[in-house]
Amino acid sequence: MANGILATDPNRVSFYEYEGKHKGILSWLLSTDHKRIGLLYLISLLAFFAVGVTLGFLMRLEMISPGPTIMAPNTYNSVFTLHGVIMVFLFILPGLPAIFGNFFLPIQIGARDVAFPRINLLSWYLYLIGGVLAIVSLFTGGGIMDTGWTFYVPYSIRTTSNISLSVFAAFVLGFSSILTAVNFITTAHRMRAPGMTFFRMPLFVWALYSTAWIQLLATPILGITLLLIIAERMLGVGIFDPNLGGDPILYQHMFWIYSHPAVYIMAIPAFGVVSEIIPTFSKKNIFGYTPVAISSLAIAFVGYLVWGHHMFSSGISDISRLIFSLLTFLVAIPTGVKVFNWVATMYKGSITVKTPMLFVLFFIVIFSIGGLTGLVLGAINTDIHVTDTYFVVGHFHYVMFGSMGILLFAGLHYWFPKMFGRMYHEKMAQVSAWIFFVGFNLLYFPMFIMGYLGMPRRYYDYLPEFTTYHVIATVGSWIMITGMIIMFANLIRSLYTGAKATENPWGGTTLEWKIPSPPPLENFREIPVITEGPYEHHFNKEENT
Amino acid sequence: MRPDIATQVDNTMILIVAVCIFFFVLVTGTMIYFVFRYNKKRNPQATNIHGNTPLEVAWTVIPLILVLVIFFYGWNGFSNMRNVPEDALVVKVTGQMWKWKFEYENGKKSDTLFVPVGKPVRMNIHSNDVNHSFFIPSMRVKEDAVPGRENYLWFKADNIGEYDIACAEYCGLDHWNMYAKLIVDTDENFNAWYNQVEQSEKKTNSGETGNTTNQDSLKNNSGNTDDSTTVTDTTQISDTTKSE
Ligand SMILES: [Cu+2]
Ligand SMILES: [Cu+2]
Repeated sequence: MANGILATDPNRVSFYEYEGKHKGILSWLLSTDHKRIGLLYLISLLAFFAVGVTLGFLMRLEMISPGPTIMAPNTYNSVFTLHGVIMVFLFILPGLPAIFGNFFLPIQIGARDVAFPRINLLSWYLYLIGGVLAIVSLFTGGGIMDTGWTFYVPYSIRTTSNISLSVFAAFVLGFSSILTAVNFITTAHRMRAPGMTFFRMPLFVWALYSTAWIQLLATPILGITLLLIIAERMLGVGIFDPNLGGDPILYQHMFWIYSHPAVYIMAIPAFGVVSEIIPTFSKKNIFGYTPVAISSLAIAFVGYLVWGHHMFSSGISDISRLIFSLLTFLVAIPTGVKVFNWVATMYKGSITVKTPMLFVLFFIVIFSIGGLTGLVLGAINTDIHVTDTYFVVGHFHYVMFGSMGILLFAGLHYWFPKMFGRMYHEKMAQVSAWIFFVGFNLLYFPMFIMGYLGMPRRYYDYLPEFTTYHVIATVGSWIMITGMIIMFANLIRSLYTGAKATENPWGGTTLEWKIPSPPPLENFREIPVITEGPYEHHFNKEENT
Repeated sequence: MRPDIATQVDNTMILIVAVCIFFFVLVTGTMIYFVFRYNKKRNPQATNIHGNTPLEVAWTVIPLILVLVIFFYGWNGFSNMRNVPEDALVVKVTGQMWKWKFEYENGKKSDTLFVPVGKPVRMNIHSNDVNHSFFIPSMRVKEDAVPGRENYLWFKADNIGEYDIACAEYCGLDHWNMYAKLIVDTDENFNAWYNQVEQSEKKTNSGETGNTTNQDSLKNNSGNTDDSTTVTDTTQISDTTKSE
């Protein structure tokens, strides 16, 4: 790309300093700037994440020895429910699109904002309202909700807790993500800079775009489920409740038709982050741009049709179990294609392992384990043995925490200079990443073994034979949390003491690295003209490190 | 001779673990090699490579074939799971918060699943309240108990002994404690128990009371002397000798 076009204007202030109609806190709460909204999401998501981690810590502490340790069974049941609801609906689902998508999607395609900036702000408010409603619903009713995050009927009907309100909260949250999805799809279609064809978009944009389609197509199912639950509870129409002539299995279908694609809503943007970081730190083009881009769409499409693999032991017909098993295996292919292309990108590169890259390497290790153990859950006969055991718990933490969580950390370090205008402290960041990685594996790997040996999930207590594995996992949780505390402390300290960041500290090639750090209010003084793909490194020009 | 369900599950597992280890070593090994071999110090100048179509085809097709093989193994084992041998002993199991109840074809009710060694057993699975999941880890079988419908599974125990039966679908407060025992014994012992219990059923002339007494007398009389952990304490474990 011609270099002069993006020369920064020294007179234009960063989006932090820009003074609009509102001052102080209102300049944030009423801002329609996509960057400020991204940071609002960052803060709210991390707050919920902290609560979720604390609950997880308490669960692991309870499990350190057989018998009651620190809480009673009903407390434990509520704690794992809260942990699941908060982590899934308030953290990983909005996740990376809400934070980095808002901040970087417009910049990466050369736009000044998203297509509908006000709707964007509205979606953050809906997220907040949904979050508050969810928390209210968990604590009102006869007691703290104890259904598990899947709210399976008929247990969720019999329990005294406030199921209608929490499904309504999930609906509001879903509405928030539908609005974000519409916004991103429109932005990707209508706001690209001149010359930026679809196949010149950065892969993070491709990932956001694919994800937005799943959100748009899957989330309405959640709305329909809500209406059916309300019809059942208010009007007594038998839909899910067997006492009214309904079918509990129908509920599981409807829940997973939404919630399985939701897994990809969490994972695909994370894949997008990987596709940004590896080329930057390998100083070369991504290997197989088109296969990587298309595989996001393929995962989004096939992933929409595999929800039944959550129900292999529920008594659905044998033929549907077969079809769902086959489709599940097919999703493995585009996922594998991505991993192979990422590794191949490093071939003949010139690699520096800074913290974002280190997290990506950890991600490849962890996600390989998560993905490969998914084969055990895809094959029907092994799935029947390990479903609803700790094997599944280990698997989805490897997959979801391993992708969305780790790449949130990677992205935070990668884009930290751009978002905050300062560098983080490298050495401490690497130390924290290693501690986190060791703790992560100690925490979740024993779960595969326990699960195969027959330790069911959501158990307050366990047979003495599982003690060793539980102790290792609990100790692992302490190490992992220590790593995260050091990491966030380091980032917060860097906000104040980090060196001033240059425009392009990593030598990245996408558009966000061609504007000042932090970016000016309208990102680009002049909209750039794009003449080549997103990851073309030009070796004659030396980037400033 | 019909293949054994548990062996088939373990075989599929071994196949998958082999594939997993292969790909894991391949991916992470290559990655670590690249990190060192193409480090900036050693390789200051990157070479831009945009892709390689034969390679893309290879790593699409080879994994595709492998997953289809795994799928086939899973399917094969699964069809065995779904085809119950005709000579199977039929037992009805009902899950309710938070215990399992077994009922045999002769009307015998029990809290312990007593079966003869080497004989296929078909479990017809029901629920009285919420979803449960009937899970015998050592037999590698599991199927949900869903109110309003009958699910089934079958297994064949080849060794005499005691095995755990767990509930695998979350069902509320005492889900973690919904253990029962599977006791596998010789044909004679099983038949003696089966018929004796039938008589006692007739004597008491009331299934419900007979069952309750039976259960109480069996409780805490177990050979399981592990220790005083909560799980073993409150699990209903019956004693083989008692039944004989
Ligand atoms: Cu799924
Ligand atoms: Cu249960």
